[in-house]
Amino acid sequence: MKYIDEYRNKDIVQYFAQQIKKISTKPIRLMEVCGGHTMSIQKFGLPYLLPDTVELVSGPGCPVCVTSREYIDRAVAYSRLEDVIITTYGDLIRVPGSSSTLEREKGKGADIRIVYSILDAMLIAKKNKDKKVVFLGIGFETTAPSSAAGILKASTASLNNFFVYSAHKVMPPAMETLIDEGIQIDGYVGPGHVSTITGQGIYENIPKKYNMGVVISGFEPVDLMQSIHMLVQQFENNDPKVEIQYTRVVKPEGNIVAQQMLDEVFEYRDDWWRGLGILKNSGLKIKQKYEKYDAEKMIAVEVEETIEPKGCICGLILRGEKKPKDCGLFGKVCTPSDPVGACMVSSEGSCHAYYLYNR
Amino acid sequence: MCLSIPARVESIEEGIATCSVGKSSYRTSLDLISNEDVKVGDYVLIHTGFAIQKIDTGEANKILATFEEFKELNEEMDKEEAIHNKRLI
Amino acid sequence: MNKTDNILLGHGSGGKLSHELIDNLFTRHFKNPILEQQSDSAILPINSSHIAYTTDSFVVDPIFFPGGNIGTLAIAGTVNDLAVSGSKPLYLSVGFIIEEGFPIIDLEKIVISMAEDAKKAGVKIVTGDTKVVDKGKCDKVFINTSGIGELNEKYINISSGKGIVPGDKIIINGSIGDHGMSVMAARNELNIQTHIESDCACLNHIISDALNVSDKIKFMRDATRGGLGTVISELVSDSNYGILLNEDQLTIHESVRGLCELLGFDPIYVANEGKVVMVVGSEDADMVLSTIKKSPYGKEASIIGEVSESHKGMAWLNTSVGGRRVIEMLSGQQLPRIC
Repeated sequence: MKYIDEYRNKDIVQYFAQQIKKISTKPIRLMEVCGGHTMSIQKFGLPYLLPDTVELVSGPGCPVCVTSREYIDRAVAYSRLEDVIITTYGDLIRVPGSSSTLEREKGKGADIRIVYSILDAMLIAKKNKDKKVVFLGIGFETTAPSSAAGILKASTASLNNFFVYSAHKVMPPAMETLIDEGIQIDGYVGPGHVSTITGQGIYENIPKKYNMGVVISGFEPVDLMQSIHMLVQQFENNDPKVEIQYTRVVKPEGNIVAQQMLDEVFEYRDDWWRGLGILKNSGLKIKQKYEKYDAEKMIAVEVEETIEPKGCICGLILRGEKKPKDCGLFGKVCTPSDPVGACMVSSEGSCHAYYLYNR
Repeated sequence: MCLSIPARVESIEEGIATCSVGKSSYRTSLDLISNEDVKVGDYVLIHTGFAIQKIDTGEANKILATFEEFKELNEEMDKEEAIHNKRLI
Repeated sequence: MNKTDNILLGHGSGGKLSHELIDNLFTRHFKNPILEQQSDSAILPINSSHIAYTTDSFVVDPIFFPGGNIGTLAIAGTVNDLAVSGSKPLYLSVGFIIEEGFPIIDLEKIVISMAEDAKKAGVKIVTGDTKVVDKGKCDKVFINTSGIGELNEKYINISSGKGIVPGDKIIINGSIGDHGMSVMAARNELNIQTHIESDCACLNHIISDALNVSDKIKFMRDATRGGLGTVISELVSDSNYGILLNEDQLTIHESVRGLCELLGFDPIYVANEGKVVMVVGSEDADMVLSTIKKSPYGKEASIIGEVSESHKGMAWLNTSVGGRRVIEMLSGQQLPRIC
């Protein structure tokens, strides 16, 4: 597979592994904030190749994992309405709400369908004019543009039974809050696909304010090893900056068309992140102009009170303060087949990836 | 959620491209890269049904060539080290 | 019985329609003297002190997919469960639960292919049952099977792997991930076009060939739901040895790899329906491998790893880039209704 296999070349990976060993003289803690990076690092067994001085830590990069329990509770409430079809990405279906999951509701007869794209959800809306089709819009800046494109399409086609329930969030507030709260990190492996949309400008504050580097990385083993090498080099030379390793995809200015669509459809709002609490201007809300397609505005529903589970430390794991094995529930009460917290449900979640690849 | 993956554009029809990844092909909207001149044979990054960027194959090939140089340099250095039985860097 | 008709509730009621269906479809194609007796129980001669006995149910969706259908899956699944225990598969039972309105022509396609595969495998379908339920009460057709095989005492430990020691080699008879991804693609829910054939196949001949050349085959299991990864992680759990697999030695077809990449699936956990994992004493591994390779179902066979003294109770995969990761049991929710 072109532009994939070349970046899985064993010799090149080994080359970077050797280079990292050569230049790394002091302990460095690097955080990645992208579910795809979490998975890739574990799947290819990269920690095995790094010297003891380099520690990789997983941050809040899994959009499903940082989604609030309240969001799930509301989605469950929507699903219980007679005239509603819920369309969702697969990951969300098993995330625990206060008393139920979408999967459980499906078992009880709710019309909940897994889709791979908002376009599939819109097709369902077209075919079911007598129903309200609600699309659960989760994801960071990589995925939000497709929701924006979907809403614009719906608007042009007057698809009035189609709604988006937005849980979309943006990365930089979380990246800065973690450091503000004193989490010990020496550099960020920057999210490759978020940056494809946003460009590198959104991270410039990090080296300026916090004296640490951000290297925007691709997802294959060569990309990650090269990015880690670049970060270690910056750290050893005390030269923090924003760099793009993933140059074949990420342009410094990002994807302008996608940014314009985001700007047209969404505006920022304060949002609640599991493990981080409320972050200012970190969520995306559908603008009033398009409120016809906003499930929160258009579909009235009663939502049960949100209850958080005891013993679950997803929050601390998402902040990189603890590792999955530090959680008392990990692997015993909380497993991929029977998850308690969101970190275990999502295949991109730290706990899930750790469980599969690392126990 | 589907991952983001590089795929080759096999055909384009009214803003929808059929893209292939290792013998599987996938219909993808080009709405998010409408300002790019996408042709058959180009590679794009696809995510949840949309192409989110065109892959700069020139840049990719340039970097891959650098990797080849690294690899060769590394092999030479390994040989040198083996002969002289000491680290060079 | 008109082949262009659909199944009616009457076809499951035991009366005239039932008999027509049994005579014209089941007995006609599953031809053998035991079945033709149509007695309530099949009376079967057995020539061993032990029998291997298995049961399985098949609810795959869709019922027809490239490389097979729900019926061929039922035959292969049952035969293989018997064969991997070291037994010689002999007799099968087949129970059909059919949704009212199911086209008879489709049922016949399934039955004919089952008869062909049973014949190739040398097993007889000796007893069966048919029920028809109201429309909407089952999804087209479900099949339940059970199977009996003769088990020679010397193979009695093969299912448990009791004799495994460090140094033993791990062999698989071909590529992984084909069945699960074939069914996934055939579901047509996705905007993805691909052609992946299921590897659905009866493995009893390839297994008996291997058992005939070596008495150092210590363990066998078919890598169905949960794939190769699950077989390995189950084998190694609570054991006093470790397992090391090499990703470079796994065969994964490009179309399977591509679809797995697109959907985020890990091929080592994807279901197979024509793959057996064997643990063989190192002195015999090459010989068993070359024997298996002679079979049409073993052309891509390879030695994929070995049993080790270290990391007891854990299985590791040496990744293609020189990294290393643990092979753990998957929770099993990757792909619903693939067998």
